Amino acid sequence: MQHADKAATFIQNESKTDWHNASIWRAREKRDLAAHGIPEWEQLRELASQVKDNVLSNLDQYLLQFEEAAKRNGVQVHWAATAEDHNRIVLDILQKNKLSKVVKSKSMLTEECHLNPFLEANGVEVIDTDLGERIIQLRDEPPSHIVAPAIHLKKEEIGELFHEKLGTEKGATDPNYLTEAARQHLRSAFMESQAGLTGVNFAVAETGGVVIVTNEGNSDMGVHLNKVQIHCMGIEKIIPRAQDLGIFVRLLARSAIGQAISIFTSHYHRPKAGGEMHYVIVDNGRSEHLGREDFRNGLKCIRCGACMNTCPVYRRSGGHSYGYTIPGPIGSILTPGKDLKQHSDLPFASTLCGSCSDVCPVKIDIHEQLYKWRQIIAEEGHLNRSKRWSMRLAGKILSNPKAYRRFGRLARWALRVMPSSMVYNRWNDWGKERELPTAPKQSFKEWYQENHPGS
Amino acid sequence: MKVGLFVPCYVDQFYPQVGIATLELLRQFDVAVSYPMQQTCCGQPMANSGCEKDAIPSYHHFVETFQGFDYIVAPSGSCTYHVRKHFDVIEQSKPVQHVRARTLDISEFLLDVLQIKRLPAKFPHKVGLHQSCHGLRGLRLGQGSERVGTAYSKTEQLLQMVEGLELITLDRQDECCGFGGTFAVSEAAVSAKMGKDRIADHQRNGAEVLTAGDMSCLMHLEGLIRRQQSEIKVIHLVEILNAK
Repeated sequence: MQHADKAATFIQNESKTDWHNASIWRAREKRDLAAHGIPEWEQLRELASQVKDNVLSNLDQYLLQFEEAAKRNGVQVHWAATAEDHNRIVLDILQKNKLSKVVKSKSMLTEECHLNPFLEANGVEVIDTDLGERIIQLRDEPPSHIVAPAIHLKKEEIGELFHEKLGTEKGATDPNYLTEAARQHLRSAFMESQAGLTGVNFAVAETGGVVIVTNEGNSDMGVHLNKVQIHCMGIEKIIPRAQDLGIFVRLLARSAIGQAISIFTSHYHRPKAGGEMHYVIVDNGRSEHLGREDFRNGLKCIRCGACMNTCPVYRRSGGHSYGYTIPGPIGSILTPGKDLKQHSDLPFASTLCGSCSDVCPVKIDIHEQLYKWRQIIAEEGHLNRSKRWSMRLAGKILSNPKAYRRFGRLARWALRVMPSSMVYNRWNDWGKERELPTAPKQSFKEWYQENHPGS
Repeated sequence: MKVGLFVPCYVDQFYPQVGIATLELLRQFDVAVSYPMQQTCCGQPMANSGCEKDAIPSYHHFVETFQGFDYIVAPSGSCTYHVRKHFDVIEQSKPVQHVRARTLDISEFLLDVLQIKRLPAKFPHKVGLHQSCHGLRGLRLGQGSERVGTAYSKTEQLLQMVEGLELITLDRQDECCGFGGTFAVSEAAVSAKMGKDRIADHQRNGAEVLTAGDMSCLMHLEGLIRRQQSEIKVIHLVEILNAK
């Protein structure tokens, strides 16, 4: 199903759409407050953008530097070209250590690679430990937002889910009660776990360390409780130096949710005594994306979710309408590179209002990339036929003054004389909820000619 | 100073009064304004739909039509933005460069080129200003709420010159209306919902009149308002600036 259809279904429940829009808009408002508290905000964005540009231009060297430093620290580094390689590597590490219970935290990458079903099919129990991620795992559905994966659910729905899965009281909706229940449930999962797996926010080439930014602290729990720790990262997570972190850490939590800094900013450098520490560095289409000049800077993304929070379409259509792990504006410029045909509707799920590009803390030109993807989608023949032909015809009429005049006069005349049942029918998507403009007898051009003879 | 009036195609066809108001407004100042009859469209409808190639003949036609003017002025941030931003795909000959650099939205022309300080306009109403996205974030006619820095708005600056006009404050100062060209049709449900939410914001805050620098946003909003049979009136910015 296309984005437009899923969005239309989502909007049918208008009060829930309003709730979804308002709750996500609050994140945007908090972001504004936090950003406006920093007079040099725009300079910070520019710096972050430049650092990331530098990283993307020298990614091969930084990755090797990172690997070397990590190995010096005693970390085992694995390279995964594809999602399958990534999943296989993680499974191998677990099997080698005879481990079958993993706790996981903060990883969109493992969502992208569909790690959970793969591990489960191979006899490994995986528990997502961040509250939102655990909720959607219990519901067996994908995240709808990269920072707040269960943002599409109301507390009543979570109460019902917890009643069914965790045995809480029926009809409970008190957030404190429900969170406490999740906490107890996760506590036992932590105690039984045998390995900790996390995502990575920043991988520092100079030190070989990784940084994970969280509010709940579950990644630390998972790492500290277990001898084996695994950190999975995309190749683009690199930053050159530890001192660059100052730029990104200031931008990330503010952009995401309006916090000056997240509760935990954890730095991991080496395995604990008698333990093992692994990095799985994943490509999965990223180096191919790096080769697309117009689109490469999409890889600068630090996964703050600000573009989703600001996107008027996302807020009214929900993350699931995008049909990919990373929804919203950033998802819509990354997915066409993965499968142009399958995701050809996403660059059109935008009004090109440009708000995403202006909130982006690393200055990705998101709306300009949406425009450029549209051109490629049309070129490669993935537009539907009626749109393709109507645009071809429009191009001919709108570049020819005579045809333009004749067609304009005819269209206005038709709109005036046609009975409304002919104008407003099931093929008229404009007219479902809107009136068409009233067609005047005289165009401006005709008026001008009448009033300026000889022009 | 020779000024060419550029009236976007759908304004020409459906909103002649906006073209007339722009012409009258410009004639209040010491500029020679004329409307070249050969003009058609800037090509944006095709290009935004992914069919830039089908728009290229329009680009050439636009440049040919307007190359002889010192400035090309339009009552539209969106079409102006399209000319300035997206005519980069054709060969950048002297005329193309000239036309791209000299195509201005009416607010830019009045404030940056003519540097007007006052207007003889009178409009005793409570007005809600819809900040059209391409003007705001494309041409930077104002400081979008996303960006940190000194607040300014060229459109508001002009409206403040109008006697009797009271500008209302909105809950969301610059959220998109949901028009988006063919988006309005291909994503009709989201588009309509965005528009309804915008209108509600203006109504909640007491606007009698809703205005914007782009008639395309207003065509969409007006269509929703007429269907809802709401009281709020919709008119283009230039009609207010030209009101006596």
